Amino acid sequence: MRSYLLVDFGSTFTKLTAVDLDKMDIIATSKAVTTVETNIIEGYELALSRLYKILGTIIKFEKIVACSSAAGGLKMAAIGLVESLTTEAAARVCLGAGAKVELVLSHNINNREVQSILDKKIDIILLAGGANGGNKECVIHNAKQLAKSDIKAPIIFAGNKDAQDEIEEILSSAKKDFYICENVMPRLNVLNIESAKNKIKEIFVKNIIEAKGIKKVEKIIDRVVLPTPNAVLMAAELLSKGFDDEPGLGDLMIADVGGATTDIYSMANGFPKQANAILSGLEEPFAKRTVEGDLGMRYSALGILHQMNPSEIAHWKKHGIDMVSETNKRFNHIDLIPETDFDFAVEDILSAKCIDAAMSRHVGTLKDVYTPLGMMYYQVGKDLTATNYFIGTGGAVISSKKPVTMLKHATQMESKAMELRPVNPKFLLDKDYILSAMGLLSLDYPEIALKIMKKRIVEIKGE
Amino acid sequence: MNSIVIGVIGADVHAVGNRIIEFTLTREGYNVVNVGVLSSQEDFINAAIETSARLILVSSLYGHGELDCRGMREKCNEAGLDDILLYVGGNIVVGKQDFAEVEKRFKNMGFNRVYPPGVTIDDVLETIKADLGEN
Repeated sequence: MRSYLLVDFGSTFTKLTAVDLDKMDIIATSKAVTTVETNIIEGYELALSRLYKILGTIIKFEKIVACSSAAGGLKMAAIGLVESLTTEAAARVCLGAGAKVELVLSHNINNREVQSILDKKIDIILLAGGANGGNKECVIHNAKQLAKSDIKAPIIFAGNKDAQDEIEEILSSAKKDFYICENVMPRLNVLNIESAKNKIKEIFVKNIIEAKGIKKVEKIIDRVVLPTPNAVLMAAELLSKGFDDEPGLGDLMIADVGGATTDIYSMANGFPKQANAILSGLEEPFAKRTVEGDLGMRYSALGILHQMNPSEIAHWKKHGIDMVSETNKRFNHIDLIPETDFDFAVEDILSAKCIDAAMSRHVGTLKDVYTPLGMMYYQVGKDLTATNYFIGTGGAVISSKKPVTMLKHATQMESKAMELRPVNPKFLLDKDYILSAMGLLSLDYPEIALKIMKKRIVEIKGE
Repeated sequence: MNSIVIGVIGADVHAVGNRIIEFTLTREGYNVVNVGVLSSQEDFINAAIETSARLILVSSLYGHGELDCRGMREKCNEAGLDDILLYVGGNIVVGKQDFAEVEKRFKNMGFNRVYPPGVTIDDVLETIKADLGEN
């Protein structure tokens, strides 16, 4: 038997997924609390002993690879010039690389903003600004600001190429750890993700996991290769596009509701579906990820309350649910595990709210405009109305008794008619939480990873 | 290479002239940044900031140009584009108005050059070169 072990060092749990390559299936999964504060190996070994117990035997894995979002994940600052252009492009690159965008800065950055980079303990800074041949004063100013600061974090320059030489000089004479990449927006509204994204992943593997105490696990496993969200993105893209003879599922979306954030992924071009819509704004990536740091079931539970209007809160009160105390309870007890029917009902409502609000921010929107040729629409963002599959994952979705009802809250609705949400998707559930593991497996065996996902991520029908 | 931002402002979808302007200015050796039809003032201005353009050339063919262009100079000033040149041309007002009056109104709004219907981009090339100090 040839087998692989995929490891996900999460912020809370270290999750193990064992795969039999010949049978092309998962043979066991296990988890244990992540122990990055003491020694990351302890949590891993505990999870491994649990896995062996389930298997009833000790097996020798052909390869053990891991992804990680432990020790705060990968915290990045995205710096650009105009908010809607290079700043947005830089933020999308960070998200596409699996980072948490903790800071978004634009135009000339000031001393306080530089200080905030230090205060937030940013792991990597992405410095963009200016299309090629365009503005370079701003990035040069920002590079000088970074140069004179105490910042030790690696800096990736991915702005106007005309400024490259000067910036190289500024950062090297200040002895900063810096890297030069292609411009994230080489021409107006054109998004160029790959070069800077690959550099982020490279720095993550080379420096960041070491700094966070994750690297020592490489003594007993092969390597830590990716930030976890990036593994999920790879799995999602594979599941959508297919591989060789094995067809993919086409346009799909994923909602991942966690304790601190709600992540939405879309795998689709998202071009306008109607003839009278005109695409405007910055180009969108095929594999798009958005992260809502204010929407989560525990750490960010209070953010959900902000999404509810007074009438909604009153409505639930009438049904015996005090949303103010329920959200506060979760925020104050992050280890709360739902037990009663009441708990599950509240979890469902909160989780549905997370997905609904995160969906609003992810999908494109239409804005009507009256022209001499009749009514036309500006489309900003992706048209995701034709999404074939909508996949739910994350604790609150997986453990829900009514996941379809929950996911339906994020599909097209009359009250949000101008949002280009999925209209009539099929609903799937990633019940074993295998997406990140399959992203890792796909690095070596994409076809097997795809087959496993198609088998294990199952369709769910309405209740 | 000097950058010039071009586009059609407001709810105007006339695309042909916009293509001709792009073609001609590219041929003349400019870095043409075309924001396309249905563009807002902000689209022009943001493009000019990122590309360090020295000239914004606004087209309008459907008669609402005056409404669409109002406040553009002030927004440029706010965005730090104090020295940017603003041109406007096409069919920029409704009906047959005295063009001297129209030109005065647009100049008061902060536009540097204002062109009536029938003026082609070729007619303006010399002025562009002179304004950009290329002659």
